[in-house]
Amino acid sequence: MSGVDRVRAAFTAAARQGRAALLGYLTGGYPSPEQFGSCAEQLLRQVDLLEVGLPYSDPLGDGPVIQASSQQALERGATLELLLGEVAALRAQFSVPIALMTYYNPIWSRGEEQFVQLCLAAGVDGLVLPDLPADEASSLIQVAGARGLALTFLAAPTSTSARIELAARASSGFLYLVSVTGVTGMRSREALSEVPGMIERVRRCSSVPLAVGFGISDPEAAAQLSQLADGIVVGSAIVEAARRGEDLGNFAAALRAATTRYPSV
Amino acid sequence: MQPYSLAAQPWPSAAGRFGRFGGRYVPETLIPALDELASAYLGLRADPAFLADFTQLLREYVGRPSLLYRAQRLSARYPGLDIYLKREDLNHTGAHKINNAVGQALLAKRMGKRRIVAETGAGQHGVAAATVAALFGLDCVVYMGSEDIRRQALNVRRMELLGAEVREVHSGTATLKDATNEAIRDWVTRVRDTFYIIGSVVGPHPYPMLVRDFQSVIGQEVRWQLREQRGDRQPDVLLACVGGGSNAIGLFAPYAYLPERPRMIGVEAGGEGIQSGHHAASISGGKVGVLHGAMMYLLYDSEGQILPAHSISAGLDYPGVGPEHSFFAEQGLAEYVAVEDRGAIAGMELLARSEGILPALETAHALGYLPELQRRIGGGPEQIVVLNLSGRGDKDVAELTRLRQMAAGEVRA
Repeated sequence: MSGVDRVRAAFTAAARQGRAALLGYLTGGYPSPEQFGSCAEQLLRQVDLLEVGLPYSDPLGDGPVIQASSQQALERGATLELLLGEVAALRAQFSVPIALMTYYNPIWSRGEEQFVQLCLAAGVDGLVLPDLPADEASSLIQVAGARGLALTFLAAPTSTSARIELAARASSGFLYLVSVTGVTGMRSREALSEVPGMIERVRRCSSVPLAVGFGISDPEAAAQLSQLADGIVVGSAIVEAARRGEDLGNFAAALRAATTRYPSV
Repeated sequence: MQPYSLAAQPWPSAAGRFGRFGGRYVPETLIPALDELASAYLGLRADPAFLADFTQLLREYVGRPSLLYRAQRLSARYPGLDIYLKREDLNHTGAHKINNAVGQALLAKRMGKRRIVAETGAGQHGVAAATVAALFGLDCVVYMGSEDIRRQALNVRRMELLGAEVREVHSGTATLKDATNEAIRDWVTRVRDTFYIIGSVVGPHPYPMLVRDFQSVIGQEVRWQLREQRGDRQPDVLLACVGGGSNAIGLFAPYAYLPERPRMIGVEAGGEGIQSGHHAASISGGKVGVLHGAMMYLLYDSEGQILPAHSISAGLDYPGVGPEHSFFAEQGLAEYVAVEDRGAIAGMELLARSEGILPALETAHALGYLPELQRRIGGGPEQIVVLNLSGRGDKDVAELTRLRQMAAGEVRA
């Protein structure tokens, strides 16, 4: 099964269960190199897709929580090779799709071809690309497309319809709708008030599965957006729970319960 | 006085590329803002009213044209070199940074933005941004690394006096790179009402283009002034320090794409030496990568993680270099060399004592290259060298004093 197929299947399966897909994010090598694996396992028992962040020195799309987790993971020796080793071990136990969230310079520095091959060999199903707009990604789209690695580009509240179409066409796994103008992190639910209108706008020009992220920090927000989107992404809130040493399985289970769609009236 | 030109140059391409360098590697949220900025600028660069406003502000507020000073006592130390100093240090606020800040503030005003953000290293760009914000009545937030706040306390106080809010950045290396990350995060968050005044020829398209164009007033004046002073002689060498590269591009730009261009030399910060790994010489000691929205020469490790730069001068303490400089380097249009911390200090002291001009530590790297330049080209016919004296050194006095005391064992690091 290719990465693209596995990612798409996860959305289809959740929809069949009357739910939005739950996408959970955890920074690689966090909360510690030793604990990352078991934290990821706890998440994989609840989420429909696990997004693992490759720690990066200059995460300019991320807010303080993910920044701090990345910096800490790097200080404790996180590397692509170590992270892919963890992914391979998880892949052996779980069939849930795993995507790697990475800034572009780590991809560029390895070479796109080699980076994609390393990911596939470890069982990574897709890439989420926070600083690579689709119009700068033509070669990566070719390299990943030829091998079935799913790519996810972002659409934002500021995006024009033409930009949304561009990102949707280039996204082979799912399209990631950024819910607010800003960086990743927890925000109040009031900030999400623009989202329904944005989702409607995206639906008009895209048919790929649509996941909404940024600022979804609790079951209430998750429930609200699950009525509208194909999937919801929870990142900073999970990283913050990991920092506090909470049981991530319980944390994600509450989010998963909130993804149930109400019967339409 | 004729108005300055912001005329289009052969590069960048419509996609914002200088050869393979440049581009727009930023979160999608910013792309529409970059499109809006590019289209506003392309509409205004040839607008006579905009050019008249820009020219008038540069003349009456900044104090342009800056002098082109023939430094005879300095030249006497380097037989074969006839050195001219382009006195950007005499501009209002004390450096070339104000040229670009005025241009971008005019753009912000035309685009109806009420709030500006900026990043700063040495504080010169932060001061310039705070200055134009005051002049135009705009709110201003400047991001500055905590390490630089310590090194450049005078400029922090200046910005605050001008009414700007200085936000301290602790993340990463707590220098210019991280201040830039934070400014971009602020811009992503407040993109609808905020204008990001970037301080160098870095960042996503169209910034490297528009910062170059605004700074090109330096080179445009040099052409007029040298014609006045030396008739038909044009410079043989253009020399400038390079961090992100805005003062150098300002001097080079009007010459760079001419069929008969002078030798253009950019001097990067060699820190404690390229071999030591503690330097900020992205071209001499880096490789092609992506940071802050652009493909350029960059310092990073085998994992693609950005490496901390090191320089005695906060303004050059940046791990990347503008995409157009990267293009010049790869194409051989300009050459890039490195001068170490101690060479910069020597250059600063020499200019202070021979000409009575105290340059910024950034600028001092270009002065520190004169001995090597003289060895290379001093033997033949006399060469006209135009050195961009990009900023004045008052801001560095406290840090130099501290370093001297440290070397003498009077204080600890």
